[in-house]
Amino acid sequence: MFGDYSLSDLGAIFAMQGFAGLILFSVFLLMALGLAIIFGQMGVINMAHGEFMILGAYVTWLTSNFFQAHLPALFGGYFFVAMVLAFFASGALGMLVEWGLIRHLYKRPLDTLLATWGLSLILQQCYRSIFGAREVGVDLPQWMLGSFQVTDAIQIPINGVFVMVLTILITCAVAYILYWSRWGRQVRAVVQNRVMAGAVGINTEKVDRYTFALGCGVAGVAGSAFTMIGSTGPTSGQLYIVDTFLVVVFGGAASLLGTIASAFTISQAQSTLEFFLSGSMAKVITLLAIVGILMLRPQGLFALKVRK
Amino acid sequence: MTDEIDRDPPSPLRRKLLMGMAAAPMMGMLTRASFADVPATSAVNTTGLAVTDTDVTVGILHSITGTMAISETGSVEAEKLAISQINAAGGVLGRQIKFIQEDGASDWPTFAEKAKKLLVENKCAAVFGCWTSASRKAVLPVFEQYNGMLYYPTFYEGLEQSKNVIYTGQEATQQILAGLNWINTTKDAKTFYLLGSDYIWPRTSNKIARKHIENHLTGCKVVGEEYFPLGDTQFNSVINKIKLTKPDVIYAIIVGGSNVAFYKQLKAAGIDLSKQLLLTISVTEDEIDGIGGENIAGAYACMKYFQSLDNANNKAFVPAFKAMWGEKTVIGDVTQAAYLGPNLWKLTAEKAGSFDIDKIAAASPGVEFKGAPEGYVRIHENHHLWSRTRVGRARADGQYDVVFETPDLVEPNPFPKGYQ
Amino acid sequence: MFDTPRFANRSELLGIAVLAVLLLVILPLSLDVFRLNLVAKYLTYSFVALGLVLCWGCGGILSLGQGVFFGLGGYCMAMFLKLEASSAANTKIQSTPGIPDFMDWNQLTELPFFWKPFHSLTFAIVAVLVIPAIFALIVGAAMFKRRVGGVYFAIITQAIAAILTILIVGQQGYTGGINGITDLRTLKGWDIRTDHAKFILYFVEVGCLFVCIFAAQFIRHSKLGRILVAMRDKEDRVRFSGYSVANFKIFAFCAAAVLASIGGALFTLEVGFMSPSFVGIVPSIEMVIYTAVGGRMSILGAVYGTLIVNAAKTSFSESFPQLWLLGLGALFIAVVLAFPNGLAGIWRDLIQPRLDRFSRSPKPDAQWSQPMADKAPAE
Repeated sequence: MFGDYSLSDLGAIFAMQGFAGLILFSVFLLMALGLAIIFGQMGVINMAHGEFMILGAYVTWLTSNFFQAHLPALFGGYFFVAMVLAFFASGALGMLVEWGLIRHLYKRPLDTLLATWGLSLILQQCYRSIFGAREVGVDLPQWMLGSFQVTDAIQIPINGVFVMVLTILITCAVAYILYWSRWGRQVRAVVQNRVMAGAVGINTEKVDRYTFALGCGVAGVAGSAFTMIGSTGPTSGQLYIVDTFLVVVFGGAASLLGTIASAFTISQAQSTLEFFLSGSMAKVITLLAIVGILMLRPQGLFALKVRK
Repeated sequence: MTDEIDRDPPSPLRRKLLMGMAAAPMMGMLTRASFADVPATSAVNTTGLAVTDTDVTVGILHSITGTMAISETGSVEAEKLAISQINAAGGVLGRQIKFIQEDGASDWPTFAEKAKKLLVENKCAAVFGCWTSASRKAVLPVFEQYNGMLYYPTFYEGLEQSKNVIYTGQEATQQILAGLNWINTTKDAKTFYLLGSDYIWPRTSNKIARKHIENHLTGCKVVGEEYFPLGDTQFNSVINKIKLTKPDVIYAIIVGGSNVAFYKQLKAAGIDLSKQLLLTISVTEDEIDGIGGENIAGAYACMKYFQSLDNANNKAFVPAFKAMWGEKTVIGDVTQAAYLGPNLWKLTAEKAGSFDIDKIAAASPGVEFKGAPEGYVRIHENHHLWSRTRVGRARADGQYDVVFETPDLVEPNPFPKGYQ
Repeated sequence: MFDTPRFANRSELLGIAVLAVLLLVILPLSLDVFRLNLVAKYLTYSFVALGLVLCWGCGGILSLGQGVFFGLGGYCMAMFLKLEASSAANTKIQSTPGIPDFMDWNQLTELPFFWKPFHSLTFAIVAVLVIPAIFALIVGAAMFKRRVGGVYFAIITQAIAAILTILIVGQQGYTGGINGITDLRTLKGWDIRTDHAKFILYFVEVGCLFVCIFAAQFIRHSKLGRILVAMRDKEDRVRFSGYSVANFKIFAFCAAAVLASIGGALFTLEVGFMSPSFVGIVPSIEMVIYTAVGGRMSILGAVYGTLIVNAAKTSFSESFPQLWLLGLGALFIAVVLAFPNGLAGIWRDLIQPRLDRFSRSPKPDAQWSQPMADKAPAE
């Protein structure tokens, strides 16, 4: 298929294709990060993860409307405000959910799955009742549209770069919080031995609540960022859920590094396959490969060695 | 759920609505049926449909929950508007239309179940509904078995014809061929890259497009064809392939949430639609609402109706629609086609002088609706509509500029020879 | 081990009898054919729920991919019916008569090889029973032998459901794509669309259901069933006692798969079409909730749970379609938080003790159908 093209054309395409893979990697990682925190650290399966993301997206939409109506001069910067708001909105909802629902179910992980599925249905219907059944279009500030012209043939989409930078920042922040801050040590202590952690004076309930809220908040930021590349509607969240879970499970729960590695592997595989095959088949082959590998290596790519 | 439409819009709104309608040219043709003109129920209803001396019951069957609610909401709104206008003008054969609305919940078996309910339990004289091909395929056997009448609004892939269905949207050849001819002759486009969501309508439409490009347009060829799972949100790889093959035209039949992702990523990747030709048959004004006008400005869409259409019917229809459903609502091709359903049914019932399904089906061919927002339409022998095909160019404000219109009505041809 | 060699105790027999009266006498007499056909449709899901009682309630294996097996069974039956409906006489207008209409639209000119055996009803029925079992065996063996369980298993089955949906939708020339296989007409020349046929099919289905209920009862009361429960509660102890945990799990998963597949096949007969919308993730999870509402340990509860949730869904969506999702979501949460044993639990804790006071019937042997809330399986 490459016979007819000049060498420079091919070079440019491969460069851009590599970049497409990196963008996909950022997208996967960003959507999986929140889940990695919740599932990896707490063992809770949050099927409503997609709906937390969409909450972030709707917050972004509301913010953009507000800025357009009241602060048109500052419209260029509204996205940053929106992301912060999205983080707190999703985080607050997450805290509420943890308090009302999740904390009763820590010993029954499979039941959290059902309960959060129910939650996702309720949230979807709420979005539909509040914002309408139609998708909403989020206006982006002008500077975020278009692409950098690197050479004549190579163009790098600005929003892709934005997502990448954002992903790197959030990943670093999450890594710092979990592995270096005092609070992160408490979280890990609770994960490893809840009773003992309680005995040394850690308020385990509070740790749980804030961990869940953090995970949801990160999901909200992801949703906010995805208004640049995807749709915002009541059921859009469901588009992400399978991919997200597979990334986390494939990486091995309880391992941030694993999540990063798995997002990278899956995104590169998928983007390469998409280039050579049709979109549908690429998806099927990627999913099959993941399932196949998980059957051979059920603990995922990176796993904590724990005794059962 | 049985709701008399009169109660539905709040009264100030309704007054405005009526005022809006008074201007409609179709109103001029209708005289309010006086009580004495009303034909006896036994004469207009010999098969036990839900018709009384004062009213007639119809069904509305669309998804108002689930993923398809995004698309189907507009159709429901248009059908309710049409019914309320008909009622305000005196109803059908002297009877007010009552409707029963059912939710298909974006789930094909639910559509079949509800269709059966509407026909068997409610004895609806007509049903306006369905959107996806899959839901129509699911209800079709039900309508044929229980002898109901379905008015189906969506543009679709063709390959179907039924006594029990009136297709008020365009079938594939009506929608596709004129657009391809136009872009080939006026824009001198020679190479086409076909894209689609992975299901029957895009695949069949692309098949017809490919045959037309390869067999009927001289010197033209298809340089790529790709499909994506429904709901897919990642298009950077295919965009790179498009950049590599440099087609004259991107021919895109992507639907639903994928649409939004596709156009946003296309724009971000630096493909400027004011220079790169893109022709779509799946993006109506409804979809642009979600995509964002600035992301798709410059693209061409080929269908039969645009909200910006400049004719007297449409100038009455658009304000009436907005008065009923809000200033911000937009009207896409399918919404307009859904509006045709109740009107065509009314005209057919009056022509047949009966609500009986068999008589409606037999009387349908030749029924003309001169008040259609898209202009004049007429039902063909094969129960599809003769209609014009138009090409519009998307503006940043989410509307289309109509840049081309077929001079004559295009004949519907659901089983096109040479395209199968 | 076989201290109670009966496959059902007295109160369970009574429950089965009540269900039989309800399904065979009360419902057919009180409902018109349309509503009865709806009940028949709901009941096809109860086969899936039965399977989930075995593999989830008893075995502790939550599969979120039961739609896959429901779909496999349904498609096997639909392929047979479609071939019968696509006789050369019926499909004269096609460019290749004698093949299903959707193949003709996709330029297929002859029947794909894997469709050919489905000309035979016997083969179709065998396929309904065997194909899901083999598929479940492959998936189950790969997972359980490597001790994948709990949450991981749930997510992987979910991914399998996603893969199969994309495949079916993408290969529309061979599968009918997203439309599914529609317009099924006759079974060996017998028109399945008439009211009369629906009536008879209903009774056939109820018959099948009782056979499956008896089979499930038998499994649960056998030694095998007890090992499953033991395994759910303390897997390691069972393993250390010398049992092959994986094999028992594989068996439970296969049994659930076959039950789901039977349900799918009957669904195709009742409703007259099959589509990939049953295969995906959403229907699979909804099927789990039927079981949960009925009581995940209760075989009869599964049937009642399915009937009640679906009846509620239909009546809700007829009167308040906007509220249905809220109601369903709340039901999920309520069942998990407040009634982990579902209807069966309410019955056992609240109603049965009062009945017992009147009738002094022997206490139900509840020692191994304890509530899950306090001693959930360890993951």
